[in-house]
Amino acid sequence: MFRIVAREDLAPVTKLFVVEAPEVACKAQPGQFVIVIVDERGERIPLTIADYDRQAGTVTIIFQEVGKTTRLLGTKRPGDELFAFVGPLGLPTEIERYGIVMCVGGGVGIAPIFPIARALREAGNRVISIIGARTRDLLFWEEQMRSVSDELVVTTDDGSYGRKALVTVPEKEILESGVSVDRIWGIGPAIMMKFVAATSRPFGVKTLVSLNTIMVDGTGMCGACRVEVAGKTRFVCVDGPEFDGHQVNWDLLMERQRIYLDEEKRALALFEERCPSCRGEGH
Amino acid sequence: MPKEKIPRQEMPRQKPEERRRNFREVALGYSPEQALLEASRCLQCKKPTCVEGCPVQVRIPEFIGALRNQEYQRAAELLKDKNNLPAICGRVCPQETQCEIHCILGRKDKPVAIGRLERFVADWERQNGVQMPVPAPATGYKVAVIGAGPAGLTCAADLARLGHQVTVFEALHAPGGVLMYGIPEFRLPKDIVQAEVEYVRRLGVELRLNSVIGKLHTVHELLEQGYAAIFLGTGAGLPMFMDIPGENLKGVASANEFLTRSNLMKAYRFPEYDTPIKVGRRVAVVGAGNVAMDASRSALRLGADEVHIVYRRSRDEAPARAEEVENAEEEGIIFDFLTNPVEILGDEKGWVRGMRCIRMELGEPDASGRRRPIPIPGSEFEMGVDTVIMALGTRPNPMVFSQSRGLERSRHGTVVAIEATGRTKLERVWAGGDIVTGAATVISAMGAGKRAAADIDAYLRAGGCGPWWVEPAQAAS
Repeated sequence: MFRIVAREDLAPVTKLFVVEAPEVACKAQPGQFVIVIVDERGERIPLTIADYDRQAGTVTIIFQEVGKTTRLLGTKRPGDELFAFVGPLGLPTEIERYGIVMCVGGGVGIAPIFPIARALREAGNRVISIIGARTRDLLFWEEQMRSVSDELVVTTDDGSYGRKALVTVPEKEILESGVSVDRIWGIGPAIMMKFVAATSRPFGVKTLVSLNTIMVDGTGMCGACRVEVAGKTRFVCVDGPEFDGHQVNWDLLMERQRIYLDEEKRALALFEERCPSCRGEGH
Repeated sequence: MPKEKIPRQEMPRQKPEERRRNFREVALGYSPEQALLEASRCLQCKKPTCVEGCPVQVRIPEFIGALRNQEYQRAAELLKDKNNLPAICGRVCPQETQCEIHCILGRKDKPVAIGRLERFVADWERQNGVQMPVPAPATGYKVAVIGAGPAGLTCAADLARLGHQVTVFEALHAPGGVLMYGIPEFRLPKDIVQAEVEYVRRLGVELRLNSVIGKLHTVHELLEQGYAAIFLGTGAGLPMFMDIPGENLKGVASANEFLTRSNLMKAYRFPEYDTPIKVGRRVAVVGAGNVAMDASRSALRLGADEVHIVYRRSRDEAPARAEEVENAEEEGIIFDFLTNPVEILGDEKGWVRGMRCIRMELGEPDASGRRRPIPIPGSEFEMGVDTVIMALGTRPNPMVFSQSRGLERSRHGTVVAIEATGRTKLERVWAGGDIVTGAATVISAMGAGKRAAADIDAYLRAGGCGPWWVEPAQAAS
């Protein structure tokens, strides 16, 4: 069992857990993910690693409550234990000294972009970061991101905080301003990553995205996570999660994310019915 | 005076019309009376040929002899002397091509139902209290086994019985490997798998779940951490697809995914369990191995109206056990032999709506010795299906190979290992099961685990002396 040692509510639906998992913490690298099972009847869900502390033996995960499993996870408190916490999975981000890099995090994607930005900065890159969310309440880790960035732009879709814009607006401006960005990382909802990649494409700047697909085992066995990259089928759990955003078949990816939508709704409705106090507010 | 001939005892089974809609075990097991009758058929050969056909050399006539005398506990001891997972083997081994095919009775009559007797004895012991063998004195050697499937569990159990300190690293949250994620409940109940895993644990084997070797620790790190030997039994990996258009449509899954959802994650009990599974009304399962049979029969139980097995060769070439093909047929699975998909068709929302197939005919034998299927020009047709399950086999699991320099692999991605011992090109590392052979059977993986355990034991006791790698050709001469 894996004990939750700390919890922080970053936003009404966004939670941070620090989980005791010394072996995973020892090997975790930016860009990797873990598979979490909440309880013995739970499903296996992939969550990107937001941070890790090798000395303390802990791994930080951040998740947004969207379906039954993440809602149930959201009811857990420090001292509670998770049934399984498997990792670190996937290939780590290739950290090198590229020169000037841009890190774009959208919504809950701010969490995984953070360790990547930090590692890139430590490797000697100039890091320009853009973080954004739909609204002020969903933003988090502005200070953390600032601490690992040479420049930071904050946006909200509705203008409730920072600049009123989608993250792609400052992205485009920076690329147009003549700053020679050598590489871009974009992490967030699929639709956001699609447009981060579309925005950089005319500038010819390689753009890496971290794909979040449905997974079952997450260890290279089931093939549920297959995506099409450069016209070829690839497996996110072993070939990814990072891929060249200019070569991802985004429409297929987004369709495949929706396979179990009906079942997810059913499970959530049942969860709320059985646990009225678990009914979330404002979503 | 000749005795009246006792016929081979039939296995009581759930009726097809009932079982096709439930996940309970199909085969119900012999009654004690049946078991004794069947055991009495054994000729107790002085030179038993059946044993030669068994990859783990179960002491077949001896355990059957004890059973015949109603010495149940003794029968269990004899059985488990060679086989640590008898209740599993009694259910899923292809006995008809292994021990039973060598049974002398089979020349004129039907062979002794060795597998069913194995199951009976194992089940008797489980219900009456499992006896533990006397452990050998501790050797002080630590051995790491990667993967808690049939190969790994067998290797671990044998090594523990020989006095070594064994740790099994398992990537999933439950031990058992393919016994848990691949083989359905109705063929192999999961509480039976866990009971036999518990036996392995009680032998002193430490099981570490949720531990992905290659990520958490590499093979070289384990060697440096003080493990004197490592056995790789990581089994199957990424599923194969056909590389035809439409394979990434919604409604297409690998058999690995489909079965893992249903078996390991218990999606057949969704929403009581959280993992969902999609099964439409008309399902096509592509392939005709045991995995295809398991997938098709699971689809039926999950509520499909019509399930087809689509296979490019004919019935004679189907790799599944005859018994499984019969079970599937009885339950109403439709077999479309000599049929090959060429494209999966989608609707406007990206869901599967059909499959375009072509008829095949058999030509000359190919490299596998089976007659090569050849497409018949102009024979293409459409099948209306909404779910397609690809059961075409798997490649070895890639995880364990990260940073494993020295571990040589074949062009198929499998690990190169000597069959008789399991030794790989990397010193102090053994391998066995699907990671070496590609997709094969539970018992062949167990056999490999057993041979490796014997070689690991001999190697450790000899203090690692002698050449590590002897080319198999040289070894034979």
